[in-house]
Amino acid sequence: MVGLATKKFTLDEFLEILKKYNVEELEGVTIEGDLEIELEGSAIDISAFSSLYALLSEFSNFLYHANMALGYMQRLSAMLGIPTPSIQPAAPQVPAAPEVPAAVEAVPELRIPEKLIEAKFEPYKAEYPASIEEVTIGATKADGGSRDYVVTLGGEKSLAFYTFDAEQKHLPAIAIDVFDRKPMLAKAVRMHYEDVLEDPAEWAKKCVKKFGADLVTLHLISTDPLLEDKPASEAVKVLEDVLQAVKCPIIVGGSGNKEKDPEVLEKAAEVAEGERIMLASATLDMDWERIANAAKKYGHVVLSWTQMDINNQKTLNRYLLKRVEMPRDSIVMDPTTAALGYGLDYAFTNMERIRISGLKGDTDLNFPISSGTTNAWGAREAWMIDSPIEGDTPWGPRELRGPIWEIVTGLTLSLAGVDLFMMMHPGAVAVLKEVFNTLGGRVSGGIADPGEWIFMEG
Amino acid sequence: MKIKSPLEVYNYLPRTNCGECGYDTCMSFAAHILDRSAKVEDCKPLVEEAKKDPKIKEKLDELLELTAPEILEVAIGTGDSAIKIGGEEVLHRHELTFFNPTAFFYDVWDTLDDRAIDERCSRVVEYRKFYVGKFLTLDGIAVRCTSGDPKRFREVVKKVAGYGKPMVLVSLDADCMKAALEEVAETRPLIYAATEGNWKEFLELSLDYNVPVVLRAKDLDVLKSMAATFRQAGVKDIVLDPVTDPLGEGLKGTFERVIQLRRTAIAGEDKDVAYPIMVTPIAAWLIDGDEVTKSYWEAVIASMFIVKYADVMIFRSIDQHVVMPTITLRFNIYTDPRTPVQVEPGLRPINDPSPEDPVFITTNFALTYYTVESDLTSGGIKGWLLVLDTGGLGVEVSVAGGQFTASKVKELIEETKIAEKVNHKILVIPGLAARLQGAIEDETGWKVLVGPMDSGRIKGWLENNWPPQD
Repeated sequence: MVGLATKKFTLDEFLEILKKYNVEELEGVTIEGDLEIELEGSAIDISAFSSLYALLSEFSNFLYHANMALGYMQRLSAMLGIPTPSIQPAAPQVPAAPEVPAAVEAVPELRIPEKLIEAKFEPYKAEYPASIEEVTIGATKADGGSRDYVVTLGGEKSLAFYTFDAEQKHLPAIAIDVFDRKPMLAKAVRMHYEDVLEDPAEWAKKCVKKFGADLVTLHLISTDPLLEDKPASEAVKVLEDVLQAVKCPIIVGGSGNKEKDPEVLEKAAEVAEGERIMLASATLDMDWERIANAAKKYGHVVLSWTQMDINNQKTLNRYLLKRVEMPRDSIVMDPTTAALGYGLDYAFTNMERIRISGLKGDTDLNFPISSGTTNAWGAREAWMIDSPIEGDTPWGPRELRGPIWEIVTGLTLSLAGVDLFMMMHPGAVAVLKEVFNTLGGRVSGGIADPGEWIFMEG
Repeated sequence: MKIKSPLEVYNYLPRTNCGECGYDTCMSFAAHILDRSAKVEDCKPLVEEAKKDPKIKEKLDELLELTAPEILEVAIGTGDSAIKIGGEEVLHRHELTFFNPTAFFYDVWDTLDDRAIDERCSRVVEYRKFYVGKFLTLDGIAVRCTSGDPKRFREVVKKVAGYGKPMVLVSLDADCMKAALEEVAETRPLIYAATEGNWKEFLELSLDYNVPVVLRAKDLDVLKSMAATFRQAGVKDIVLDPVTDPLGEGLKGTFERVIQLRRTAIAGEDKDVAYPIMVTPIAAWLIDGDEVTKSYWEAVIASMFIVKYADVMIFRSIDQHVVMPTITLRFNIYTDPRTPVQVEPGLRPINDPSPEDPVFITTNFALTYYTVESDLTSGGIKGWLLVLDTGGLGVEVSVAGGQFTASKVKELIEETKIAEKVNHKILVIPGLAARLQGAIEDETGWKVLVGPMDSGRIKGWLENNWPPQD
């Protein structure tokens, strides 16, 4: 989150810059005082005015680059193979073009009042009695681990990004998925990992160094009895490699096999002792007790995963709290993510209800929320070459559809309160980071005149 | 709506249980008014009596006011293509439902040449996206006056009106707007926008031509002042635009203004701002960058405010990577959470199948079902489709959650008597249900083939796997 201070230009500097850009249209125009623009001959000539206006607009457009903190656009464009120039930061206030005075009517009709009724907008204030637990993943040297930094989730006192109600200490974090054997991936995703698919440690490095992941999720899918059935003790060697290769906080997942996962995650907990990883996940239909006990024993966080059911989520959380006696700062919930168009409405509402219950004081539900946003790639709109349906408008290039499907799925759930996103497409990661920083109030500046679209051509 | 219990509504009704409204009792009718599945005006006796008796008229009006939506409902356009915006009751969809989906308008401008205007309008009018058993379409066209010439604007507005879609007319110049309204006022366009600078002229226009009007101001005191002024002057149909700032702290400010407006209207009961809200994702085109960057950011802004309270939007991009995610998100967010999206379980013959054709199985989640059904139908595939009652859950979730099980498959095979309709005992299950293959074979005695992960690939899959080799 790079916040660039807004620099205010004086008018002289402004003119200097205009000159620098060979602005010939300025001839015959003098600019005086703070916001006054005078045109030669004093009478307002609309044509001269409009060209100046266009010029100012163009200028502000050019300068707005400045505020592209994080340079997400550049990253996205690079991802899609379109180079964009990088420009020096600066964000001046461009004086607004003066309004052309409206013709004053001699005698206004009675039904049109002279003045606006004066009114004061009093925003409704909302306050919740409780807050979301803060859960930290990763441990630095000081805490017995070897991570360079930690990631803290949660701590909200209001709905997501409602910073006008209460401060939001932690913005959502993004973890990128890494697999210990080649998974099935959409082409648009695979192309970014082609060179590291065989090497999870290199894969993790790429996620952190190149794609800006806050965390890495290592999925030990080779342990699946239906795939290689790799023994747990062997599979966790990859975890050790990844812990060596990258210094960000780590999340470890199993294969989803109910019988095998508890053993795999227990072993992972053991080898990662001190690192405060997150074990993904404990579910109601597997031995959650064994997984949570392993997390507790070695000081890790456990992901409590249920299938889109607020009551089951409550039940599992209670088990973890009451039967295992997990510390409250060591539970994150995954209430299940469905893709845009494929049940996102259920996922959104389930998470929103969970979050509101937590804020209202339900201590079984006030934990940070995680989302497997990579699920968005299951939607055919994200990966299929074109619509299989007769009568559909053609779907357009899939390289453009895929990332936005992941973005919109994640963005929607961020508004429901998700704190941690597990994702895959680097472009989608970059855009969502920009969204979180923007809504979290960490991106300064804006554009000079947001009303300019009303007049824009082309 | 101010009333919270059916009993309060009931007290205003004739209490005769005449049944003219289509419900057995007045109490049942009252409950339907409360969840907005029935209208007060459906009570014929009450409406008739009110015509004769001023006292009853007063009662009726009171009931209408008490049951009016929290946010004003505004209609744009006329006839079949007219759309309603606003009319919302709640801040979170699980509290009831959201009612009128955000209306999407797509931009043309009058300095485009006529061919380009026609091309854009046609794309809007012809757009189709199949989803959950029907085609989603786009709502209307926004025509901007970039020429500053009333004559040209009028000409282009007339041309666009020919496409029969609702319109938003965009110009801050009263003369241009007036010229356009002279041409198309009877089609009930939404006019954009009255500002602190031109509000008198626009107030006059909206009164003269009886059209809905957007009020635009970043300062919410000014916006509220304008709304109160317009309302008092007799303008009924008002839409609020708190200004979409596309970037940085500007966008953050827009997020805050939109939420504060809607929350203050509903939770704070401020009637002066209880109007539909306009957001303009098109403002993303003011940011710098290539077209992909701009259109992506346009989709991002739109998505943010489809979830958070925008009732009407103006877009620039008609490209699929903007339209498809936003139109789908809109559908998802505005789906009524009270009614599960599911279809009848059972057996569906597809494309007049014969006994040799394959038997498929899927779930009764509407989205899954319609996707599979339309893939088979439009792929020209003959076959028998078994629809399993999973309580409206999709394949993956119901397999994991135990709603899609071997024993339920067995029951369905028996109930539908599918074995009597085909001359084989081979069932094709979804790729996402692969793990049930053995269990279903054991339970049913049928041979089970695992189909593709996505039903869009059934056609290719059949080429290699049907008829079965052994």
